[in-house]
Amino acid sequence: MKIKKGIPLIDQHDKNGFYGGKFGGNYVAETLKKPIEDLEKLFKKSRNDKNFLKERDNLYENYVGRPTRFIKLQNLSNHLGGAQIYAKMVSDANGGAHKIYNAITHAMLCKRAKKKYICTDTGAGYNGKMFSMVAKKFSLGCKVFMGIRDIERQKPNCDAIRRNGAEIIPVTSGSKTLVDAVSECIRYWVSNCDKVHMGIGSLVGPNIFVKICGWSTAQISRELKVQLEEEFGEIPSKLKLINCVGGGSSAYGFWSEFIDYNKNQVELIGVEAGGPKNSKLHAAPLSKNSKIGVLHGAAAYCIQDSDGQINKTESISSGLDYPSVSPIHCFLKDTGRAKYTYATDEEALDAFKLVTELEDISPSLEPAHAFAIAKKISPKLNSSDVIIINSCGDSLKDKDIIKKRLGNYSR
Amino acid sequence: MKSQISSVFNECKKENRPALLTYTVAGDNSKKKSLEILKSISGYADILEIGFPHNAPTADGPQIQNSSYRALKKGIKLKDVFQIVKEYKKNKNAKPCILMGYYQMVYRYGEKKFIRKCKQAGVNGLIIVDLPWPENKAFARSCKKNSITFIQLLSPTTSKERMKKIIASSHDMIYYISMLSTTGGKLKVSPRKILENYNKIKKINKSKNLVIGFGITNKTIGALKKSDGLVVGSLLCKEIEKSLKKRQNPVIKLNKMVKELRKKIS
Repeated sequence: MKIKKGIPLIDQHDKNGFYGGKFGGNYVAETLKKPIEDLEKLFKKSRNDKNFLKERDNLYENYVGRPTRFIKLQNLSNHLGGAQIYAKMVSDANGGAHKIYNAITHAMLCKRAKKKYICTDTGAGYNGKMFSMVAKKFSLGCKVFMGIRDIERQKPNCDAIRRNGAEIIPVTSGSKTLVDAVSECIRYWVSNCDKVHMGIGSLVGPNIFVKICGWSTAQISRELKVQLEEEFGEIPSKLKLINCVGGGSSAYGFWSEFIDYNKNQVELIGVEAGGPKNSKLHAAPLSKNSKIGVLHGAAAYCIQDSDGQINKTESISSGLDYPSVSPIHCFLKDTGRAKYTYATDEEALDAFKLVTELEDISPSLEPAHAFAIAKKISPKLNSSDVIIINSCGDSLKDKDIIKKRLGNYSR
Repeated sequence: MKSQISSVFNECKKENRPALLTYTVAGDNSKKKSLEILKSISGYADILEIGFPHNAPTADGPQIQNSSYRALKKGIKLKDVFQIVKEYKKNKNAKPCILMGYYQMVYRYGEKKFIRKCKQAGVNGLIIVDLPWPENKAFARSCKKNSITFIQLLSPTTSKERMKKIIASSHDMIYYISMLSTTGGKLKVSPRKILENYNKIKKINKSKNLVIGFGITNKTIGALKKSDGLVVGSLLCKEIEKSLKKRQNPVIKLNKMVKELRKKIS
């Protein structure tokens, strides 16, 4: 299994949609074969269409706001000692997270497919919020599938979704979180694929959804590369890019431009959700060595029992609370290009507390997992090491959880 | 040698009626009860589809989802599913059994081992909902080698070109999904339109036994009887749920229901 240079990782699949011969694929019902094939054709055409790209860039410029900031966290660097720590403030993006990039592409594809309705899943609520925003902008009807457990714990984003005129479909089956929301969204699409465009909210699902999402979030690393050259005059010789991984959409977007670099120069570190400190439950299929399974149309490392049933997961961050992970990250893991680890709920909260006390930023609980690892490794490094954390979401959505766990929340 | 599935279709054709295929979930609401249900309905059903439950089903409506969750709650495992089929097949008048489920279960278990266990238990056919053509080519071949019918699915979204290829690589039974829906949805296409599509498929290859499923109930089954076979699933799963709620015996209820269904197509 080997990564090819000079080709975007999302395009390094075989004719059946597998990366490294075994991750990904298209495990879908016959009914979805045709809509997926149509979407593949449309995306292939669109990504090479000048007008499509012009429209997208215009939206990134004037709607998302670009580039998102690249800032040095001087106080955090001083406090921890060791490496120079920076953050890519992707939470600056309109809506407050990286999910806007994928949502824009899907809305544009939906329009070109001449469909008037769009549906998606959401865990943390950010993907749902971004889809509701673009649906409003593009005059599309929008349904957002969300587990009732997440509806309870991510109220600010739910309010935003409804304000934008989208409908939240509460999902009550199974664990009532993201995994069930995605299943329900796919079920809805099976029944309505002639009229409705589906956008999956992360780098997961049948191959085409992995590709569209990765192609979209890649904007993050395109910006970062320019910003690194502005700041250092070159790509630093000892660089660590730390990103949280649920499905893995922000991590791929953060890394895509740097995958071809030698791993001794640019180290890629993915941080999964380790769950509560004293619990056996977690959402870390890569770093806790889960076996490969087929979930939501793709083969990937997946938390499951010996009979193949999907196991319950647990994480303080809804956005990482998913039993499987992108086939792209499985590929990056097995080729050794990226390393994956996890942070517990408590470590993420501690990191959130530290970062917000020292710096004028407020990462959501998802990137707080990445900050937790930066906190751990930075003291062991020295000033020639550069750590960059993708601060891919804003904490406002987590205010209730943070207030409950840390006693207060101010913004 | 003709497969048991083919023989059943031939018998039904002689009687000038479609085959009646039922779908129930193994282990709903217990191993024992689901076996009793199979035994009891096989007096009227021609082929028994038996679901092996998975907890992330992406193509099932609420009735079959609930049926699966009930079975899983009782701790049903794949080994129990094989055991149920094996027990059922001990009956002298046992009907052909088709296992139906999601690929994840097969993948985890191992394709070879799964097929071997099917063969040992007496399974006659397999439907893997999310293993479409051409991805299913190798698996379908292994099934055939072991005298198990791998059942290809066709849907209203399947293009004619694709249909021809799928039919060419199909075994002795094909499943036509009546409409764009998960299982158990309300029939949103007229039976006339469904039969129109059905006939188009039959024209491609008359010799294949083509069954229609999804959204078929006691109200719609009569209108579709000019077909090789009809599958009723969600209606039965719903009836199990109903009788459990009312503390009635689902075995008796299902027996009655399948008897009525059979009457409507005879």
